[in-house]
Amino acid sequence: MGAVFRREVRSYFTSPIGYIFIAAFFAYSGIMFSVDSLNSGYTRLDTLFYSLLTIIIVLIPVLTMRTIAEEKRTRTDQCLLTAPVSLGGIVAGKFFAAFLIYAIAVSITAVMAVVVSAYGQPDWNVIVANILALLLVGGAFISIGILCSSFTENQVVAAVASFIALIAVSFMSIIGSLIPAVDEEKWYSGIFSGLRTVLEKLSFGERYYSFTYGVFDFSNVVFFISAIAAFLFLTVRVLEKRRWS
Amino acid sequence: MIEVIELSKHYGDKKAVNNVSFKAEDGEVLGFLGPNGAGKSTTMNILTGYISCTAGKALIDGVDILEDPIKAKQKIGYLPEIPPLYMDMTVKEYLYFIYDLKKCKLPKISHLKDICSLVKIEHVYNRVIKNLSKGYKQRVGLAQALVGNPKVLILDEPTVGLDPKQIIEIRTLIKKLGKNHTVILSSHILSEVQAVCDRIVVINEGRVVANDTEENLSHRLRGDNKLICKINGPRDSIIRAIQKIKGVDRVYCDAEHKNSICDLRIEAREGTEIRYELFERMAENKWTILELRSAEMSLEDIFLKLTMGETVPGFTGGEEEEAEE
Repeated sequence: MGAVFRREVRSYFTSPIGYIFIAAFFAYSGIMFSVDSLNSGYTRLDTLFYSLLTIIIVLIPVLTMRTIAEEKRTRTDQCLLTAPVSLGGIVAGKFFAAFLIYAIAVSITAVMAVVVSAYGQPDWNVIVANILALLLVGGAFISIGILCSSFTENQVVAAVASFIALIAVSFMSIIGSLIPAVDEEKWYSGIFSGLRTVLEKLSFGERYYSFTYGVFDFSNVVFFISAIAAFLFLTVRVLEKRRWS
Repeated sequence: MIEVIELSKHYGDKKAVNNVSFKAEDGEVLGFLGPNGAGKSTTMNILTGYISCTAGKALIDGVDILEDPIKAKQKIGYLPEIPPLYMDMTVKEYLYFIYDLKKCKLPKISHLKDICSLVKIEHVYNRVIKNLSKGYKQRVGLAQALVGNPKVLILDEPTVGLDPKQIIEIRTLIKKLGKNHTVILSSHILSEVQAVCDRIVVINEGRVVANDTEENLSHRLRGDNKLICKINGPRDSIIRAIQKIKGVDRVYCDAEHKNSICDLRIEAREGTEIRYELFERMAENKWTILELRSAEMSLEDIFLKLTMGETVPGFTGGEEEEAEE
């Protein structure tokens, strides 16, 4: 895992992807920080964190699109899959490398919090929880991105698929809200409301936003960690299945 | 060292590899020969654990690649048909990465230095791989296979796309490596297999059609008792005259040209020498022998015949084929 991790981290910085990702994140978060906090004299960073979900939905597919698709296209996967390392180790190495780049980008929010603290008294507990939440949801998005990348040899297809998947998992509650409310006497009203609840509970966006409102719910932490593990496991299975097909 | 037992790989209805069995002993260079699409790469990919098999077993030094893939992979160095190179890395970075990936225990710097001097890439050590020529990329691919000094080397068409000088160099290198490693080399180039390998497995449409040493194959197919000749004279009289020679079994006329020249194929009994008498008889009648040669088959002929599904005279096919029948 260590060798794959180091190679991946290195490749983010020998190609433009790592720089583009970090620069775009810095630019977007910088603009949002100026508009929401500096210009309006607002010391809470909740609106900043609220808006950052949108940019990571757009940027994470760029970060993860090449992870496995490019290996398949250039046949370097033969080198990894015939080496004495487990598939889990390979996938984990790729995940942690992408996560490190993401964490570097996210670290700018801590700098912003320090800047804000010069002008007022920010609630550090909320800010730390928000940074943690941003890292967790980003980790889950990265694992989804890697899974999408394992389906194809084409980076663009991987990016578009991840983008669609990230929108879907983030705004599941909106899909849920489209389910019409029906009369409770109708036999299917239970199914409809159950479906609505399930979509709401599975919505990454809802769980993330609850952090920005200042609510620290440990179940949300567990949810995101489980999502990371589940999607990485699925990636391993996809690679495994390819060997057996 | 390597034992492949009734290996099969099916892609839907297509049988890419069908009941293939062979062995490669310690220190043997085994040539895996077959036309494009015969199943060579598929077999190699199974042997290296890149893909799985539908049925059968592949044992590397007694370890089943499916049961204990990590242990088996530690014993293998693999150079796939397209070398798995990261183009953005330098040769040094790449070999360091492979060293770490294989969790190699040998002293890093000296081990990699030895490999580089063996495959002659020291002077491109600090260059970015994408800027190297095809020949050097192939060498770097070979170098990564050698990292960790694996007992088994599996090389899939290692000389494809190289110029003649590079081909000779790579072949010499493989021969050298064969002294300390068990090498499986796949190729569709006969001369390569003939030049480098101790044993040849011919595969076609996923099946083994021959499995023997190069000498045995040639010996079995030499055809001492068959002659091909071109004689100037009346066809029927010539055939009758030849049939009278002691030891001649059959005479066929393959073609009759203008100016009464005919192409004949003569089959004589095993161990008889008919050429002297043939010459005398023809001379008596003033029929000129324009050409006389033994009907020896080159490995090329055998290969073409085997892979085109024809029977080869004097050759009964591979052990597996016989067992199947």
